[in-house]
Amino acid sequence: MRFVPLVAAGLLALSLTACTAGKEAPPSLGAQPAASGTGQAAAALPPATLELWHGFSTDVETKAFEEAVAGFTAKFPQIKVTTKKGIQDAQITQAIRGGKAPDVAASFTTDNVAQWCRSGAFQDLTAVIEQDGIDLGVLPAAARAYTEFEGRRCTMPLLADAYGLYYNKALMKGGQPPKTLSELTELTKKLTVRDADGNIEVAGFIPSFQYYENSPSHLGPMVGAKWYEDDGTSAIGSDPAWKQLLRWQKELVDWYGYDKLEKFRKGLGDEWGAEHPFFEGKVAMILDGEWRNAMIANDPEAKDLDYGTAPLPVADDKPELYGSGFTAGTVIGVPRGAAHPQHAWELVKHLTTDTESLVTLSNALRNVPTTKAAMEHPDLAKDANFATFLDIFDHPKTTSMPASVNSVFNQDAFSTFLIQWEKGAVKDLDAGLAGVDKRIDDKLKLSGG
Amino acid sequence: MMASTHVARRGHALARPSRRRPGEGLRALLWLSPWIAGVTVFFVYPLLSTVYFSFHRYDLFTLEFIGLDNYRYAFSDPRVLQSALNTLWLVVFMVPAQVVFALGVAQLLAKLKSGGGILRTIFYLPSLVPMVAGTVAFVYLLNPATGPVNQLLAWFGIAGPDWFGSAAWAKPTLTLLALWGAGNTIMIFLAALLDVPRHLYEAAAIDGAGAWRQFRSITLPTISPVLMFSAVTGVIYAVQYFTQAMIASRVASGATDSAGTTFTPGYPDGSLLTLPQHLFHTGFRDWSMGLACVHALLLFAVAMLFTLILLRQFGKAEVTS
Repeated sequence: MRFVPLVAAGLLALSLTACTAGKEAPPSLGAQPAASGTGQAAAALPPATLELWHGFSTDVETKAFEEAVAGFTAKFPQIKVTTKKGIQDAQITQAIRGGKAPDVAASFTTDNVAQWCRSGAFQDLTAVIEQDGIDLGVLPAAARAYTEFEGRRCTMPLLADAYGLYYNKALMKGGQPPKTLSELTELTKKLTVRDADGNIEVAGFIPSFQYYENSPSHLGPMVGAKWYEDDGTSAIGSDPAWKQLLRWQKELVDWYGYDKLEKFRKGLGDEWGAEHPFFEGKVAMILDGEWRNAMIANDPEAKDLDYGTAPLPVADDKPELYGSGFTAGTVIGVPRGAAHPQHAWELVKHLTTDTESLVTLSNALRNVPTTKAAMEHPDLAKDANFATFLDIFDHPKTTSMPASVNSVFNQDAFSTFLIQWEKGAVKDLDAGLAGVDKRIDDKLKLSGG
Repeated sequence: MMASTHVARRGHALARPSRRRPGEGLRALLWLSPWIAGVTVFFVYPLLSTVYFSFHRYDLFTLEFIGLDNYRYAFSDPRVLQSALNTLWLVVFMVPAQVVFALGVAQLLAKLKSGGGILRTIFYLPSLVPMVAGTVAFVYLLNPATGPVNQLLAWFGIAGPDWFGSAAWAKPTLTLLALWGAGNTIMIFLAALLDVPRHLYEAAAIDGAGAWRQFRSITLPTISPVLMFSAVTGVIYAVQYFTQAMIASRVASGATDSAGTTFTPGYPDGSLLTLPQHLFHTGFRDWSMGLACVHALLLFAVAMLFTLILLRQFGKAEVTS
């Protein structure tokens, strides 16, 4: 009798296993008849309802995205699409693990692309891209780079962010935006205003790595710095460009005085609020993404701000970098376990390569469209300030954060060091950067890189 | 003789092996089965899984056995040591501060003749504020440049500290936040204090015992089970401390969440990085769930150790009293 509960538990386990063992594995991409999107081939796809998860959350964003999706359903009337907004990456990962993946998922960050590609959490699109004859040359090199990992293209770029310089024309007093780091230093010193106690009232440019968008990945392209060697190990300590950037940055921080600069930085308003220091004329020049144009235009207080945009200044000895910058953006793909992968691919293809769709989305969200045809389309709304970012995105030397399985860890490791550096706690820069390399390489080894 | 016979009979009766009725064991198991199922599903299985995953490279999708590599890495990772020390700091300083503060306030409230209701409400209200909102409010109030607290201090000629922005001040400031939200503990202590029989104090007063002696010899022994409960739950809470440290760190750093930026938890200088935060970050943002499992086991061991120490100490104290 004492074994009865154990036997009962065993039978229960067996019955549960039987329940799951009978399930068929969901179809994978490429296993169904292909459709090219128009005419007879489009009709070849049977009716289905797709589930699309995305991170857009505001009314304006969601409406624009729904309109882009409506363009797809007009093309494929037998396919319905239900969307779920405000989705974070962790939810996507969890759904895939739990076998409840949506048909299509979009993410705002490129940090997880490497893991999703390597683990197969997102399906490899290479075969269907070739099957449909899509020329990936329509995407700038940087956008191609941040959507794949080690030859597995498991995502496509939807819309992109490009980073450049914003400058307040009134504070610049007719001055031109800087093109080199020396000019940026000179202008910063000229435009900075202090009170009698030396406290900063207006900053020319805030060089702190802790300030809003001043991350190493955004500033690195100013000196052409690279993150990784070809074998995936850290290049931060060995690439002299990082030292060039750090020494320039530290000199400017010291000119302000670290404590004075920190006091000023901590007193500034929220980056996403109406009290942004650039809106309020507290900072003359900032590094920011193309989306700031829309934020300025939509802010009742800031909409009349007289400002201009330009590429980021570059190292004095690397003038060829001028015009380039950093880019990353929204990625979209077909998760493993999608119920209708072939339909899902058609939707991904439409959203990422259909010129009209990309132009509509870009005009509504004011992000950079990812294909060259969309960027050159006459319907694309582009004033001079927005056009700067289209040029940066399309520049051959524009770079992105290369995909890595430890993307977040590596940025954390470097950022932690940079805070120590700018406050003056690092005496030996070479040794410090070698320490960052070691942390990154040790983690890479643990991750099986 | 009668008595000894009776004792012998009782002894015999106790020593005789009991005869179980058929099905009794099964019935007992059935009665216990909800508990057994709960403990198995929510404790034993996760614990065993954690141990199992800790020997693997596990990125949430793929699993590969790597022996002790996760352990070697964890014990050489400076962030693990830093986060463990931060957690230890909270256990050693924040928990006692909270218990002492709550006990002090409860003592005052227990002695009040009038206005006690209003004060009880005032002290309890902060614990009703959602912890995220409370933390964000604290960060704004204590902003070194624009916060009203430093502006008020400046009015008196005092240069206020950098509260959440300074590695030296960040944890003490979190402790202030914990004291502000100690309403639940205050109420538990107040209930315990009001439960201490009045006549014990009256007798002690007649014997000439002062306030301190009465507190040490009557109040403390009487409420010691409640003290133990607060200390043990306080330690477990401190070991699992996550939300407030994470929010304070994030808001004070001004970190953003756009493409190409990441938030490094623990700002400033890793001083607010607690072990649970490091665990979460490692598992869910760095995709190193195997390594995060090592952190989880470490956290479990630390929580167990502190709980056992506390139970032992209170056990000794109870025997002495």
